[in-house]
Amino acid sequence: MRRWEIWVGLLGLGMLVFGSYYGLVLAPREQYMGDVQRIMYVHVPTAWNTLLCFTASFVGAVGWLWTRSWKWDHLIESTIITGLVTGSLLAVQGAIWAKPTWGVWWTWDPRLTSVAVMVLSFLGILALRSFVDDPIKRATWSATAAVLAWVNIPFVYLCVRWMASLHQTQSTPKTVDPAMVFPLRVNAFAVLFIVIFFVATGWRIARELRKRELAE
Amino acid sequence: MPPAIATTEVGRRFAGRWALRGASFEVAAGQTVLVQGPNGAGKTTLLRVLASALEPTVGAVLLHGQSAISQRARVGLLSHADGHYDDLSGVDNLLVAARLGRVTGGVDVVLERVGLSSRAGDLVRTYSAGMRKRLAFARLLLKAPDLVFLDEPYAALDTEGQLLVDALLAELRAGGATVMVSTHQVARVAPRCDAALVVENGRVTSAAPPAVTVGGNERVSRIPAPGGAP
Amino acid sequence: MNEALRECAAMIGKELSHLWRARARVAGTAAFALATLLLFSFAGGMNADLLRHNAAGYLWVGLLLASTLSLGESFRVETEHNALEMLLLLPVRPAAIFVGKAVGNLVVLLLVGLLMIPLCVVLFDAAPREGVGKLALTVLLGTASISAPGTMHAALASRARGRDLLLPLLLFPLVVPCVIAAVQASRACFTGDAMGELSSWLAVLVGFCVVHWSLGALLFERVVED
Repeated sequence: MRRWEIWVGLLGLGMLVFGSYYGLVLAPREQYMGDVQRIMYVHVPTAWNTLLCFTASFVGAVGWLWTRSWKWDHLIESTIITGLVTGSLLAVQGAIWAKPTWGVWWTWDPRLTSVAVMVLSFLGILALRSFVDDPIKRATWSATAAVLAWVNIPFVYLCVRWMASLHQTQSTPKTVDPAMVFPLRVNAFAVLFIVIFFVATGWRIARELRKRELAE
Repeated sequence: MPPAIATTEVGRRFAGRWALRGASFEVAAGQTVLVQGPNGAGKTTLLRVLASALEPTVGAVLLHGQSAISQRARVGLLSHADGHYDDLSGVDNLLVAARLGRVTGGVDVVLERVGLSSRAGDLVRTYSAGMRKRLAFARLLLKAPDLVFLDEPYAALDTEGQLLVDALLAELRAGGATVMVSTHQVARVAPRCDAALVVENGRVTSAAPPAVTVGGNERVSRIPAPGGAP
Repeated sequence: MNEALRECAAMIGKELSHLWRARARVAGTAAFALATLLLFSFAGGMNADLLRHNAAGYLWVGLLLASTLSLGESFRVETEHNALEMLLLLPVRPAAIFVGKAVGNLVVLLLVGLLMIPLCVVLFDAAPREGVGKLALTVLLGTASISAPGTMHAALASRARGRDLLLPLLLFPLVVPCVIAAVQASRACFTGDAMGELSSWLAVLVGFCVVHWSLGALLFERVVED
């Protein structure tokens, strides 16, 4: 029971290998974009889970501000770090996709730009955490900043979208071939399990760090 | 009637250590209590927690039977950081406090009382440390609190200023205020106190509730002054 | 409720009188913002069309850079001798302190922004075609959008280590939407609102203000209580 997250992580890793093989080899080739589109099978799951991570930070922030129970602060710390990793991966994947598709590494696509802003916001909060020595203040201040950063996400998305409304519509399972949906679903859960592994491990590390800080 | 100050197992942690812990004592209304202890013992933290300037990490502070934060309007705190705005004159600093603290009038009176009338119009950045302290006293008097926490009130003051503090302590006591004074000038303050607390290493070491609540002057004199006070 | 409004009004009064006493520093912030406009014209390569087109962007980036100075300053005076604690013990409710500080910051940024407009007109040949009133409204809403989250994060940063580094790090990503909306709205004011988009961008700014001013009033207590 103590190390349940290892099994979840291994399951996620296995599913990722399977889902990616299915997506790269077995799924049909996309009509317009060709094989490039196959990056979608990791890109879209990464996007969903990044948003999930930062939403979990927001939940942790509200939880801490409400109850002042340390478990919420552990959640803030571990989800921000995990979200920053997946968010950075997401931006890199987006750039890799953008280069052959639009001919440039970076486009001001609303989703890509929102992710970049989101990653920067939470990077600032991580910096804040490292600049505050008192654990209680650190928790309260980073929770406050996380609430502001999360509430801001829809504004960023809306503004960037209005500013540059010339990109493709969102890819959801409804707009793609069923044979593409299957590996996408598999990988969505695969990345979710891997993220759970990292968040749970990060939570444990955060708890140990706080325990040491709060000891005499 | 509940005691003016009641604490139960109050502790406050800063980043790496407990500055104060396990403080439990009571002070009856109208008493003057001396807080003694070596540098860094936790006297300042104790007074700031009591005045609700710091939230206790554990435990509870009750002032007149109510939560400390709800009693802020009747609390006066004189601490090391004086809370002045350097860009405003002395009188403007007091006017800001008066307006925001719902006090009407009396600014001239308290300036006169602390001997700052002649320099009241000057910017606080031009004040000496002693004058800043006097201005802080003026703001405290303006509020007319009945729970007063004085942290090192004699520091930075000249002889005349120290006599002023003596007089103010007597005045507060006569007016029925509950006062806690932290100072190293034990011999000077002890005769004006009903009781004493000793803070050492973050712990309130000698403050059995009876000693504080029913203590008289003779009890204070029995508490040894650290390092031989003047 | 009435009491809360009275406290807010008193805090605003205190901020404004303090700003007046420290007006030299406000002037310094304005000078900084105007200097950034000059630098932008060099960065823009002195191309008249490009400068005219980018005038709105330069205006807001300059204003945002200047805001980190004035926001930091507004809490330096509160933390220097711990006046913030003095205010809390008076007692002034934290929400009223937030409103007072945020309005004070808004006034500084608004003054600086309004000063920058004529310079934009002169340097970049960006005449406000939609009328000065609409541009002034844009500057008002845009600076109000910067000042609320700016006040929150300045309060936070002023009490942490590395505050000068922390404030822009926290603030810049947060105000991306209001910079986008304010730049688009100002550009519509400068170059003509052919697409009728001005009102949509102003609506975004209003929404941003509502959210961040409410959150600030709600959460400020958590940031300032020790």
